[in-house]
Amino acid sequence: MAALGAAYFYACALLAVGGAVSVVVAKNPIRCAMGLLLLILSVAGLFLALHAQFLAAIQLIVYAGAIVVLFLFVIMLLGPAASTPNDRRGLAVRIFGGGLFGLAGLASITLVAEAARAMHRVLPMPIPDPSFGGIEAFGSVLFSDTLVPFEVSSGLLMVAVVGAIAVARGRQGSHTLSPAEQEISRRAPSIDPMRELHPSAVFSHELPEGEAKRHAS
Amino acid sequence: MIPVEYYVSLSALLFVIGGVGFLVRRNVLVALMSIEVMLNAANLALVAFNRSHLARGVGQTYAGQSHTGQVLAFFIIAAEAAEVAVGLAIVLALYRLRRTVRSDEADLLRN
Repeated sequence: MAALGAAYFYACALLAVGGAVSVVVAKNPIRCAMGLLLLILSVAGLFLALHAQFLAAIQLIVYAGAIVVLFLFVIMLLGPAASTPNDRRGLAVRIFGGGLFGLAGLASITLVAEAARAMHRVLPMPIPDPSFGGIEAFGSVLFSDTLVPFEVSSGLLMVAVVGAIAVARGRQGSHTLSPAEQEISRRAPSIDPMRELHPSAVFSHELPEGEAKRHAS
Repeated sequence: MIPVEYYVSLSALLFVIGGVGFLVRRNVLVALMSIEVMLNAANLALVAFNRSHLARGVGQTYAGQSHTGQVLAFFIIAAEAAEVAVGLAIVLALYRLRRTVRSDEADLLRN
C-alpha cells in the first residue's frame, strides 16, 4: 500500500515537472497549452492524494475546462501570429536572467531540504476525518468562516468579465482611432448589413449559378 | 505515506520552472501560461501544508478540521480565472494594435 502511494506520487510529480518544462521550452503555443493541461491534471491527482477531493474537482473544471480552453481559443484566434519563431533578440540576456533565477531557486530548495532532513520530520501528518476535503465540509467552511471573501471574489469575477469585454472589444464606433487601428479597419473586408438581413440573400449568394438552379428544382 | 516535505519540494521546483519560463520567453501567451504554472505550484504548497496542519484554528466557526489552506487555494483559483480573462483580453488588444504577441514589441509607453 505504501509502495503504491509512493509510485502514485512519483508518477504525478514526474508528469507535473514534464508538463511545466514543456510549457517553458515548447516552440508552438499549442504544445505549451498541452503541457499546461498535463501539469493541471497531475496537480489534480496530487490534490486527491492530499485529501482535497473537492479542490481536485474544481481544478479540473476551472483550469482544464475553462482556462486551458480559453488559451486555446486565443491561440486559434491569433492563428500563425501566436507563435514567435524568431525569438532570438536578447536571448543571451534573457537566458542569463532566467538561469540566475533558476539557480537561486534550486539552491534555496536544496538548502531547505537539507535543513528539513537534519531536523527529522518537522511536519506532522495527522489523520484526517473522512469528511475532510469533501464538498460538504468545504462548503460549510466557505459559507461560515469565509463568507465575506467568497462574496468579494464573486464581485471580482464580475468586474473581470466586464473589464475583459471592454478591453477586448476595442474602441468600436469611435472617431479617434489610432493609425494602426485605422489601417486595420481599412484592411478588413466590408460587410453590407442589409444584404445579410434580406432573407432571400442569406444562402443564394453563396451558390454559383448552376448550383442555385439545381437546388431550386 | 509520502511526507509533506516532498510535496512542498515539488511545488518549489514547479515554481522555479514557471519563473524561468516567465523570464526567458517573450511570447505573451507563454508568459501567461508560466504564471499559471507558478500559481499551480503555490496551490500545491498550500494544500500540502493544510494536510499537515489539521488542528482547528482560533476563532473558527466550522466545527471540524481546518480547511484554511484549501480555501485559500480555492480563492487563488478564482482570482486566477479573472487574471487569465483580463490578460488574454489585453493580449488581443495588443495584437490588434501592433500585430504581434511579443512582449518586447509592446513599447507604446516607451519615452
